[in-house]
Order: sequence, then C-alpha cells, then structure tokens
Amino acid sequence: MDKKIRVLIAKPGLDGHDRGAKVIARALRDAGMEVIYTGLRQTPEMIAEAALQEDVDAVGLSILSGAHLTLLPRIVNLLRDKGLNDVLVFAGGIIPDEDIAPLKAAGLTAIFGPGTNTDSVVEFIRGQFQTA
Amino acid sequence: MANSRLLEAVPALVDRALQGDRRSIARLISRVEDGGPEAWSALSLIYPRTGRAQIIGVTGAPGTGKSTLVGEIAKLYRKSSPALTVGIVAVDPTSPFSGGAVLGDRIRMRDLSGDEGVFIRSMATRGSLGGLARSTTDVVKVLDAAGFDVIVIETVGAGQSEIEVARTADTVIVVEAPGFGDEVQAIKAGILEIADILVVNKADRDGAQSTVNALHAMLDLGTAPHGLLHHGVLMPSVIPTPAKSDERWQPPILKTIASQGHGIDEVITAVAHHRAFLAAQPEGQQRARLRASMELETILRETLLDRLLQSVGADRLNALIDQVVARTIDPYSAADQLQRAAVQA
Repeated sequence: MDKKIRVLIAKPGLDGHDRGAKVIARALRDAGMEVIYTGLRQTPEMIAEAALQEDVDAVGLSILSGAHLTLLPRIVNLLRDKGLNDVLVFAGGIIPDEDIAPLKAAGLTAIFGPGTNTDSVVEFIRGQFQTA
Repeated sequence: MANSRLLEAVPALVDRALQGDRRSIARLISRVEDGGPEAWSALSLIYPRTGRAQIIGVTGAPGTGKSTLVGEIAKLYRKSSPALTVGIVAVDPTSPFSGGAVLGDRIRMRDLSGDEGVFIRSMATRGSLGGLARSTTDVVKVLDAAGFDVIVIETVGAGQSEIEVARTADTVIVVEAPGFGDEVQAIKAGILEIADILVVNKADRDGAQSTVNALHAMLDLGTAPHGLLHHGVLMPSVIPTPAKSDERWQPPILKTIASQGHGIDEVITAVAHHRAFLAAQPEGQQRARLRASMELETILRETLLDRLLQSVGADRLNALIDQVVARTIDPYSAADQLQRAAVQA
C-alpha cells in the first residue's frame, strides 16, 4: 500500500495573489503530500467538484479578497452536498480574528493567518490523519 | 500513511462506480492507485467492462503546452457530441526526496470545470519512471469501465524516455513546440518513434515551420517507402486517410495554437483516422496483443519479485547486498543464490 495524503489547494474568488497558496502547496509537497493546485479565480462549485474528482483528504483555501465569510461557508456546504463529509477544510489569508469563530462554526477546521509558519500547517494536517 | 477515513467494501464501491457515480469513481481510483490485494480484486471485477473507451496519450517535453492541448481536445469532443464523455488522467512527477508532489495540470483545464461529462484526475508518478505512474493503466481502466467514451492521458513530459504511454494508449500524440531542440533531437530514437500523430504547438511562434520541417525530414528518413521521398520539397501537412492493407501508418504533422483553440479539429480528425486504421489493419490486433503481454509481464515481474523477497527474508537479502558491496560476490551470483533459496523455501 502506498497511501498518500492528498490536499487540494485552491484560491476562491477574485483576488490575483497566489503566492501564499503556492508556498503552502510547496511546503505540503516537501512534507510528502500530493497537492493538487487549481490556480486562481475558482468558483466554489469548481473547487467542490475538483475535490470530489481528486478524492482529496483535505481542502486548503487561500483568500485575500475579504469575501471569506461568503465564499468559504459556501464551499463547505457544496462539499457536504456532494457527500464529502469527512474532507477537512482549512483556510489562510487575510481573515480578521473576529471572523474566525463564524468560519469555524460554518465547518472550517482551522484558519491560518499571515505569518503562519508552514511547519504548523503541515503538523496540523498530519495530526488530523495520523490517528487512524 | 494512515488515513482516518473509513474505507468502504470494494464490491459495493465498484458497483456504484460502474453506475457512473462520480464520487465512487473518484474513490475507486484512489484504491486502485494505492495498490495491493484490494486494488487487484477491484480490477478483476471491472476488467470485463473495459476495452470500450478510446484512449489517447499526449506526451512531449515540459512547456510544449500538453495540458492546454489536452483541455482543448476534451472541449472539442464535448462540443462536437454532447453525448460523448471524456475522462482525463494527468500525470505529474513525485519528488524523489520527499515523496510529495504538486499536481498542477488542472490549472490549464479550467474551462472544463462545471461540465458533468468530463472527469479529470491528477496523478503523481510515485517513483515510477517512463512518464506514467505504475497504476495509470489501471486508473484508465476504472474510467473506461465507468463508461467514459474518450480517455486522454497526459504524461509527465520528462522527455526522450517517455514511452510507457505507448503501452496504454490507442493513439499517441507527441507534442513539440518551436525552439525545443534542433534536427539532431528529432532524429534521436525514443519519443518520436511512438508518435502516431505529431503536433507542433505554439505554431504562432518563430521557428514553427522549421520544427515542422525537421519532423518531416525525420519521418521521411524513418518510415517512408522508397519513391515517396520528396527531395528538398516538403509536403504540406496532410492527414493520411485510412490506408489499404499492409500499409504503414504515416504520422501526420499538425500545427496547433492550443491556447487559442486553433488546429484542434485537425488533431481530432487525425485521431479518428488513426483509430479507423487500427481497426482495419492487423497492426491494431498486434498492438492489443503486445500491450496485454507487456502488462502481464509487468505484473508478473512485480508479484514474483515481491514473493521472492518475502520468502527469502530481509536478513539474507541484506547479507548478500553487503557481500556485493564488499566485492566478495558478484550481483549475478547473488541473484542466483536468492532464487535458489526461494525455490527451496
């Protein structure tokens, strides 16, 4: 058996800055994970369908546009609609502290703000999947 | 690596995948990709349902525009006949250091998202060389059995040794781009010899025609029967029609600008001609047989090796490796000893 953790890294919405997403993608790759990177300007529907087709264990969303309270819960709902109930959803980007609680209530497991050490993202994901 | 997700029973998963349930298809692909006895049982369940899809392989050096071309080919198939469904398997390399991978082929296929008739799956090579992952052929079988009419495989694009795709696809498209190697590159053995169709992509760039010319020259040297060489006069890019008996397939050389969708119809027409050629010629049967025998050989090699190493045990293997390093035994004699030990066990 050659099971790998598969993670979709996606950028929902209209902002054009994918540096953070690429840094995370690379860090997860270096941690031995298979990262599917889908590029800029993805709609929630595109992200949920890609997560389904790629059978990922986790979805990481990078968002800097300020539309996180609209887009992120919508993505979680679409994933659940497609039956992807056990897929872990986390996010990073410019997300004010006061928005973290509502996002977690909407089904996101973790929010990583600017300045997050990539190791902590890797450890977070590993921690979710190591207790099988 | 452990995963906390519950794994459903293979037969039920296969049933739902064969009915076209997309989530089950995706999960079955993962199981097949992860390998082991469960993957084998799944594959033996689906095998009778395979062999219906048309399988197209797309290979070529990195940066020639393979992903964009694959996306455009899929788009045009969908447009030409909405009932025709397309599966795409896009392979990217696994890092030999970390075992991880970044799979980015979907970026160039974003136009296809939202289309229910398309299923895209990214795969990492997981240590296998030759442009495909070890399980790519099996993943294609899952999509075939699930009812996709056309399946396009995009290889890694590592270069000249990428010939695995010829063992999986019915029709192999080799993509070149202007400025990617001169005539000497074109003459080199390997990747060009597996081409059923040659595509010069990015044909709006400088040097496109000289790339086409170099390919023509190479093909004429390689396969044209006597009397058909046109000394100094290059033939226009024509697509050969399905040939009469005993004729060899002449790979057409086509120009595309995939990013603008130019030239894609000609590629699809050439694929159809090649398919008709294979159906009409003994070569088609020969290919199917060759493919089956190579696949069987690969599986045998892997399973026999696994069994041998298991029955011999790691200690004995390591002891022999030490002896080979110390030059007290040569590797051939060491292999012979291991085989004898396995037979006795």
